[in-house]
Amino acid sequence: MALIDLANPTRFLALVARALPWLAAATALAFACGLYLSWFTAPDDYQQGATVKIMFVHVPNAWLAMGVWTVMSIASIGTLVWRHPLADVAAKAAAPLGAAFTFLALFTGALWGRPMWGTYWVWDARLTSVLVLFLMYLGIIALWRTVDDPSRAGRAAAILTLVGAVNLPIIKFSVDWWNTLHQPASVIRLGGPAIHPAILTPLLTMALAFGLLFVTLHLAAMRNEILRRRVRAMGLMQAHAAQGA
Amino acid sequence: MTALAALLVRDMRLAVRIGGGALMGVLFFLIVVTLTPFAIGPDLVLLERIGPAILWIGALLASLLALDRLFAADHEDGSLDLLLMGSAPLELTVLTKALAHWITTGLPLVIATPLLGLFLNLEPQAIGAVVLTLLAGTPALTCIGLIGAALSVALRRGGLLLPVLVLPLTVPVLIFGVAASNAAITGSGFGAPFMILCALTLGSLVLGPLAAGAALRQGVE
Repeated sequence: MALIDLANPTRFLALVARALPWLAAATALAFACGLYLSWFTAPDDYQQGATVKIMFVHVPNAWLAMGVWTVMSIASIGTLVWRHPLADVAAKAAAPLGAAFTFLALFTGALWGRPMWGTYWVWDARLTSVLVLFLMYLGIIALWRTVDDPSRAGRAAAILTLVGAVNLPIIKFSVDWWNTLHQPASVIRLGGPAIHPAILTPLLTMALAFGLLFVTLHLAAMRNEILRRRVRAMGLMQAHAAQGA
Repeated sequence: MTALAALLVRDMRLAVRIGGGALMGVLFFLIVVTLTPFAIGPDLVLLERIGPAILWIGALLASLLALDRLFAADHEDGSLDLLLMGSAPLELTVLTKALAHWITTGLPLVIATPLLGLFLNLEPQAIGAVVLTLLAGTPALTCIGLIGAALSVALRRGGLLLPVLVLPLTVPVLIFGVAASNAAITGSGFGAPFMILCALTLGSLVLGPLAAGAALRQGVE
């Protein structure tokens, strides 16, 4: 099945209806494994104690905060270049999810920072750029909510998303640029991860679980958006008919 | 080329005439800088230390002020359609409009900065640094704002939305502008942050007109 076949919303809805229960089950299973591993298998840190376990929620959310913007950027290219009818549905459905993951990354980071750094918030480069990312998610959502015509709003949001994508590398490399309080990237880097496998395995399992959670919620949100647009189109048709009669 | 020159002259004329917002930005800049000491107290030592930051914040906000009219006014009277249909590439047209906008709103901010620097008890060297960084940085602010201005045409009622969309994108410019100013005052490595600031300006000179042109094409149908 090619991507172009999914351009038919009915076919897409049928696929979602078939895939969603399996995805939900896989998400639940991955969370069960991930939570078990992080509660019972992963050792406490010799300095940070049990608070190190916040990491298993914090890091996947931070990855997703950036990953969802990538998804939105790819969808935006789909909107502008190929005019794929589901691309702007995908971009619109992803924005609130991305905002939520970014907020969770900031929130868990603040909870973790209080015992570790002695403060909820520092104006460190990386934290600040994630906060800016959060503001940009809110800007995109505000843009979607300003215009009532979905396709017009979709193209405007697509341009803004691609402009914002320039911001993503700044976030990723800001650690190296200003390198202050926050720990430099230690999982994805040249020369292999610097984390012991006993911590890395639960972390990656949790990342998988959150990733599956995003896919599940995203597909469900896309389905809802398609249905919402159908309701809107039917309402408009009804209004036209009433006007004509 | 003559079409672009004519557009530049037209935009600058419109900006300084009645209804144009050319000097409104400078006035706003002056008011923001005047209000700050009321908020933090008349402590000259403190003002000197945070002076460059105040000037940069003021200039950032002031440069956004007239932006929402940049394309909206042309859209209302129909001249935007002519610009879209013209023979000059839309990106160059947009860049020309940005240049006119910068000359009428950005450059006055830079010229007003030495006076406001005196209010904030800045040393001559610090004033020079802030003027230089603003001169290098305000074109970037205009070009980034251009994207928001073009989007707000497509959205019809984007006046309030524009700062929300544009301000997060200006963060790197602000960071390196203030960093370069402070580096010149403390005497530590002015070159590197200033170079990055110039690079950001050059980058946004390309990205801004491209994105704004795309937004205008999508928005006006």
